[in-house]
Amino acid sequence: MSKHTAAPISLFNARIMRPALLDSLKKLDPRILWRNPVMFCVEIASTITLVTFVMSLTGANQEPAWFTGTVSVWLWLTVIFATFAEALAEGRGKARAASLRKSRTDVTAKRLTKPEFGSDFTVVGASQLHKDDYILVEAHEMIAGDGDVIAGAALVNEAAVTGESAPVVRESGGDRSAVTGGTEVIASSIIVRITANPGETFLDRMISLIEGAKRRKTPNETALEVLLIALTLVFLLVCANLSPLSIYSVQAAGQGTPISLTILVALFVCLAPTTIAALLPAIGIAGMDRLFQKNVIALSGRAIEAAGDVNVLLLDKTGTITLGNREAVEFVPVGRHTEQELAEAALMASLTDETPEGRSIVVLAKGKYGLKMEVLAADAQTIAFSPDTRLSGINVGGKQYRKGASDSTIAFVKNLGAQAIPSNLKDVVDRIARAGATPLVVSCDAEIYGVINLKDIIKSGIQERFQQLRSMGIKTIMITGDNPMTAAAIAAEAQVDDFLAQARPEEKLRLIRENQEAGYMVAMTGDGTNDAPALAQADVAVAMNTGTQAAKEAANIIDLDSNPTKLLDIVEVGKQILMTRGNLTTFSISNDVAKYFAIIPAMMLSIYPQLGVLNIMHLATPFSAILSAVIFNAAIIPLLIPLALRGTKYRPMPAEKLLIYNLLIYGVGGIIAPFLGIKAIDLAIGLFV
Amino acid sequence: MSINEWIETILFFVVLLALIKPLGIFMARVYQGERNFLTPVFAPCENLLYRICGVKKDEEMDWKRYAWAMVLFNLVLFVALFAMMMLQHLLPLNPQKLPAFTWQLALNTAVSFVTNTNWQAYSGETTASYFTQMVGLAVHNFVSAATGMAIVIALIRGFVRRKTGVLGNFWVDMTRGTLYILLPISLLCALVLVSQGVIQNFSPYKTLPLVQAISYDKPMLDDKGAPLTDAKGNPVTESVTVGEVTLPMGPVASQEAIKELGTNGGGFFNANSSHPYENPTPLSHYLEIFLILLIPGALTCTFGVMVGNLRQGWALLGVMLFLLIASFAVLQGVEASGNPLLAKLGVHGANMEGKELRFSLAGTSLFEVATTGTSCGAVAAMHDSLTPLGGMIPLALILLGEVVFGGVGSGLYTMLAFAIIAVFVSGLMIGRTPEYLGKKIEVREMWLSIVTILTAGITVLILSGVAMITPAAVSSMANPAAHGLSEVLYAFASMANNNGSAFAGLNANVGFYNLLGSLAMILGRYLPAIAVLAMAGSLAAKKYVPPSLGTLPTDKVPFALWLTLVILIVGALTFFPALSLGPIVEHLTMLGGK
Repeated sequence: MSKHTAAPISLFNARIMRPALLDSLKKLDPRILWRNPVMFCVEIASTITLVTFVMSLTGANQEPAWFTGTVSVWLWLTVIFATFAEALAEGRGKARAASLRKSRTDVTAKRLTKPEFGSDFTVVGASQLHKDDYILVEAHEMIAGDGDVIAGAALVNEAAVTGESAPVVRESGGDRSAVTGGTEVIASSIIVRITANPGETFLDRMISLIEGAKRRKTPNETALEVLLIALTLVFLLVCANLSPLSIYSVQAAGQGTPISLTILVALFVCLAPTTIAALLPAIGIAGMDRLFQKNVIALSGRAIEAAGDVNVLLLDKTGTITLGNREAVEFVPVGRHTEQELAEAALMASLTDETPEGRSIVVLAKGKYGLKMEVLAADAQTIAFSPDTRLSGINVGGKQYRKGASDSTIAFVKNLGAQAIPSNLKDVVDRIARAGATPLVVSCDAEIYGVINLKDIIKSGIQERFQQLRSMGIKTIMITGDNPMTAAAIAAEAQVDDFLAQARPEEKLRLIRENQEAGYMVAMTGDGTNDAPALAQADVAVAMNTGTQAAKEAANIIDLDSNPTKLLDIVEVGKQILMTRGNLTTFSISNDVAKYFAIIPAMMLSIYPQLGVLNIMHLATPFSAILSAVIFNAAIIPLLIPLALRGTKYRPMPAEKLLIYNLLIYGVGGIIAPFLGIKAIDLAIGLFV
Repeated sequence: MSINEWIETILFFVVLLALIKPLGIFMARVYQGERNFLTPVFAPCENLLYRICGVKKDEEMDWKRYAWAMVLFNLVLFVALFAMMMLQHLLPLNPQKLPAFTWQLALNTAVSFVTNTNWQAYSGETTASYFTQMVGLAVHNFVSAATGMAIVIALIRGFVRRKTGVLGNFWVDMTRGTLYILLPISLLCALVLVSQGVIQNFSPYKTLPLVQAISYDKPMLDDKGAPLTDAKGNPVTESVTVGEVTLPMGPVASQEAIKELGTNGGGFFNANSSHPYENPTPLSHYLEIFLILLIPGALTCTFGVMVGNLRQGWALLGVMLFLLIASFAVLQGVEASGNPLLAKLGVHGANMEGKELRFSLAGTSLFEVATTGTSCGAVAAMHDSLTPLGGMIPLALILLGEVVFGGVGSGLYTMLAFAIIAVFVSGLMIGRTPEYLGKKIEVREMWLSIVTILTAGITVLILSGVAMITPAAVSSMANPAAHGLSEVLYAFASMANNNGSAFAGLNANVGFYNLLGSLAMILGRYLPAIAVLAMAGSLAAKKYVPPSLGTLPTDKVPFALWLTLVILIVGALTFFPALSLGPIVEHLTMLGGK
């Protein structure tokens, strides 16, 4: 991997800070702010203190104007800090969207009349391309829209979308046919069938997602907001209740003054869970942004949260657990056939096979056995691989060359009237399969020639990643088209928990449904068209950007790097978002203990001097005590913005340990921190007053 | 604590904990309709009742029907009880010829008994006839308790069942709860209480000559009931000599056992369980505490049995037990250390004002934490006379939301609502969509849990605030300033949380408290009850999520500690300011020597 356009954009970058400051003021508009009910209440509270400040100035309020004025300023700052946090989180996305837009300069396209090379074309603007148009893209031209390559192969630079500067091959047929608008063909030319109408392209969707334009509150976020609203309501009533209680206490004690409106409002804002409410929108936005830094586009916040809950992960073996493609490493003849005969048959069966495996067979046959590429006769008929027959090959010169899984090939030759199956076939197949490789049986007509040893290479370090998943409580299931024995060998080597061998699309779908029925959240990574139904069924569906359009449409998360173990990162970000919310909620509520000890004695001192005992922080005066709490409550928001944007750290460990760990940091820390903070602010105020 | 107090306290808890499990398992069998040792006795009777009432016992109800049946049933009973009290003078079993209740008092009392509160703005012996006590109040002691149990059983079914809309049959749950659980235990314990000297008769009140006549100076009152003063402002008194005493009688024992067992708490007499005819001996005293805690404790086990993991129940019981014992330790400690102001006058020792000498100090402390930790509200000592901090303990236990064992049914369902909140926050903290007992906690459950745990607190905040600026409410206080504030706070806390005990000192039989109190009791009972049933319906419809490594175990110590913290934090954050103007300032004033 080389350079990424999605590298983390520094938080305190003027390019982001300046618009964010402006936005944070715009967001003070009550019509926008009411969507965050807690901060909306704080805005009302701030307005009330503004009124009491004006009353202080005119003498209608007994309290000193410097006090009501300062309280009012800090309450307003509390609201502004909150809107600023949200604006800052959005700002990073906006900056990225802007850079993406630049790559979407209005390119032209060569629209073909017929989908073949050499056909006539007209030059049109990209915005005039519609679904099912065919365009020709030649070297050093931009691809004008999303589509599938239907002819040719080309080297494509996808840096604009993925940030990956190394060009990739895009070719017709197979699972690497999808191209994205805004990317550039570097070499060779291709014909592309357009699959998206203007405004609906992948880039368009990506931009609107990153900008946060389509952001909706996730279920967990809404549930947390319910809790925050309830707490706010309780604290509102606590403060409202204090007013009559203090009025009565003044009468009964015969001294002091009832608690003023300014102080009640200040108490309310300090108690309300402003810290979490202020940072809540930023946490979600920043989570999506962090995923984007990892080159993952989540099509909804819900999908990321669901990723945090995943119990079962279905992984395609190929490209995920094993290194990309299998390679033919050996030809093992069976019966009376020689290696050379087998190599020839294998070459014939693979000549028109465009899959990497097919090509590796051709390479091996030509390299090791010195076979020449034959010019195919006109009557050659390619038999493409289908998931049902699980065979591929060619019919040429009256002969039927086939290669495929052992059982399918045997069934095929028996069907053609084969008398006997070579006796050593089973041994050879088993030996190869036991070693975790794929045996591909080659036949010509009713005759089995031998076995191709297609070797799988397991990615280094994959075992550790599965171990990590296990410790998060996630079960991994490998999905493969291999026979059970091969699958078992690879599964054991890669240390996955389970595997599904000889998987056909409907079996994948059934496996997902069964797991969901049992209450599990299922994630799946896939790239092929035959993965699409299963992807659509999975709770978290990660499609590879190299995958087919169908797979991408069925998914709710797209991995631009096409690195399937990315799911680990996605799970981690999903968990981080929830944890950051939970931790800041606990922190916010724990803070109230210290605030009570600061404000309660201060506000009641004139009525009951004996309550001075509760002033355990020895704050200088009632006014400075209340101010210190208010200032702490506001200042903690910007101090925690970096944490909200970065997310709290997630370490895979058992749930119980994690809870204790976080409770110690954010619960106990949340009780202690404000005692220190409020005392420090009180000392600082003492320098001025 | 003396050696004896230690022994009796420890023995008490051993017996209580030993009996919780068998009763809990038995109750699970009863509610699940399984055969038990009482089936041969009660099944014919049960089936006969269904036939008479036209109940199809296999017909299951969804949460709306269940809730509707519950509300309707309570409404009908309320009307019947209200009418009975308004027509008391026309009904039989009234040897003292007591008049009808005033409508406000009848309203308050009917609401109070229907809601399992048993707040008593009246004195039983001077206001209620034997008919009202037996046919009215005692019957409600049974059915209001059975209602609470039915609701929590429906909630447990919500946790247990998967992808269904139905929660059981309200009428069947009511019948079984009353027939198999409440009746047999009350019957047995009433007999034990009689053996200790609790009375059970229909005699008119007895007037007996005193062994020694007593004389005292009685303040004279004018026509309006205000004290008369002479020219210098001193009260005018007359000397009175009393030579005889009136002893109220009545069918006490039959009402006494269910008063505790159903965490009702409405005493036959005004003095409640400090009256020798209600609670004569130390044995009857401990039996009554035992009955108060028995069903709320056993329900945690029933819960464990029904959800298929006893440890889930024990975790909740552990939280309850911890809070109960901690409260007991504090109350016992502050009461034993006495009043420093009296110590200055040379009176040392524990604060014994308002306590019965026939019960030990530890026994009294235990009764008071049990009765306020549950929503019982029977008292064996006067809470008004506790030291300021001591008096804050019962008040705090009520304000926590009646979850320290709590009322029969209501305690467990409120605790489960707290558990849902605790699970939600802790679930977020470990990075998972929160789930409890395999059910995902989502927006709807959050709303309903919050309604369940905050309704009472919000009601207390609003109504106590209103009271403090209403002259009619303030004038009812017997003591001014901080103590009076505690009295009002206690009154609304007790009613809104359906406890029913009083701090005493407050004249609650006035329109303000009767009417707003009725409102508090209704809100405090039915809003949470309906929310709990709605939650049961929503949970039952969900699928089950099996636990994995990433799931937070809710049957272990860390979660139990977290749940305890959540309960304490919610309570403290809501009521610390109000408490600081009541008991806390009173305590500081006492320490200051005033």
